[in-house]
Formats: sequence, structure tokens, C-alpha cells
Amino acid sequence: MFHLIVFSIFGAICVAGAVNLLVQRHPINSALSLVVVMGSLAVEFLLLGAEFVAAIQVIVYAGAIMVLFVFVIMLLNAGEEEHTRGSKVAYLLGIPGLLAGTIIVCWVLLQRSDVGRTSIGALPGPPAAIAQLLFHQFLLPFEVTSILVLIAIMGAVVLAARPQSVQESKKED
Amino acid sequence: MVPLSLYLVLSAILFACGVAGFLIKRNIITVFMSIELMLNGVNLSFVAFAAHWQQLSGQVFVFFVMVVAAAESAVGLAIIIAVFRTRETLNVDQVNLLKL
Repeated sequence: MFHLIVFSIFGAICVAGAVNLLVQRHPINSALSLVVVMGSLAVEFLLLGAEFVAAIQVIVYAGAIMVLFVFVIMLLNAGEEEHTRGSKVAYLLGIPGLLAGTIIVCWVLLQRSDVGRTSIGALPGPPAAIAQLLFHQFLLPFEVTSILVLIAIMGAVVLAARPQSVQESKKED
Repeated sequence: MVPLSLYLVLSAILFACGVAGFLIKRNIITVFMSIELMLNGVNLSFVAFAAHWQQLSGQVFVFFVMVVAAAESAVGLAIIIAVFRTRETLNVDQVNLLKL
């Protein structure tokens, strides 16, 4: 019962944050509601026992990635978004279709709700057990992700750097 | 005891909110945040299935998804900065050329 109550509270916060992300017009409000979604998702992970995943959800997602987002929003001085003609089509066709699809998926899932039941901390995922898997069974994918991150760092530096022509004109001033 | 399907329903709702945001939002940064929301929804179903099948590799997969999401957001935000520098706008309708 306790499990269901905590799940419902944080699930409701999660969905409310996700809907708030869609409703808000200003990107900084959307970013802050995304932080709420990630924080409550971390609690859902903890309920399932995935403690390591919950920790990196808070540290990496809510900490690092969202700070990057907020930083870019402030850097570019992003204001409220304006509505243009393209978005009307999305409102008229995309949203009803998406709602119908979601309702069908939820209905099918709830029809089969007797398949599996999870208790609190169903599968404990302490860092030691995760590391055991990561450095034995998943060693090659782990190394590949390190190369991916290296490429991402170089790509971000190259893309965000000022173009050569701008730098030269600055030097002449 | 919570049925596995409730976790999957929550994950589906989060994913649908992400797709909806991707479709209706016009600000390029908010579109990007919707992608992160979709990734989060998928992560929840990964962890729920890991608990259901008692397989820790599901949680390792979430770790990989997060690494890819971090790399993606770093490169994506750098692209957004580059686009803003040349176009002076964040509206996706006005960004219709890949050429800088």
C-alpha cells in the first residue's frame, strides 16, 4: 500500500511537470519543470531499487544536463516563443492522434496489469553490482561510450567556437 | 505491490508528452528538452523491466542511455548556439537551411 501511495504521488508530480513543460511559453519555465520531472523520476527509480541509477539521474540529468540547458537559455537570452502557422497543423492533427495512441497503449497495458507485480526495492542495483557488470560483461560498450564522449567534447568545442572570420574582425578592431 | 503495467503507463505518458512537445513547440531549446523527456520515459521502462525480469543489465543500459543523452545535449546545444549566431532566432520555422 505504501509503495502504491508513494508511486502515485511522484507519478502525478512527474506527469504534472511534463504537462507544465508543454504549457509554459518561456523556455526557462520549461527547463525548471523538466528538473521536477527528473527529480520525481529519481524517486521512482529508488522505489524499484535502482539506487545507482537514481543517483546518476540526479547528478547527471538534473545536475549537469539541465544546468547546461539553463546556461544556454540565459546565454542566448531566449524569450517567449511566438506561434507560427506550422504549429497549427501539429495542434490539429498531431495532438489528437497522439492522445488516441497513448490511450490505446495505456488501455492495453492496464488490461494486463495482473502479469507482474513489483515490491519496494524489487531489484537492488548498488554501485558495486553495476560496476561488476559494466567492467566485465559490458566492457566493450563502456569503452565505446568513452570514445563517443570524447568526440562529443571535440564537436561541442568546434561547433560553439566563434567562426574564424568573426575572430579576425575582432582582432582588427 | 505496484503492477508493472503502472510503471509502463507512466513511461508511456512521459514519452507521449515528449512527442507532443516535439510537435507543438516552436522554440528550438524546448524541442530539445522534449527529446530529453522522451529519453527519461524510456529509462523508466528500462528500470521497470529490469526489476520485473531480475536482470541488472537493464540498469546498465540506463547508464548507457544517460551517457548518450549527455553527449547529445552537449553537441546539440553547441549546434543551437551556432544556429543562433548566424540566424539570430530560436524559432524552428525560421531555421530551414542546414548551411550556416
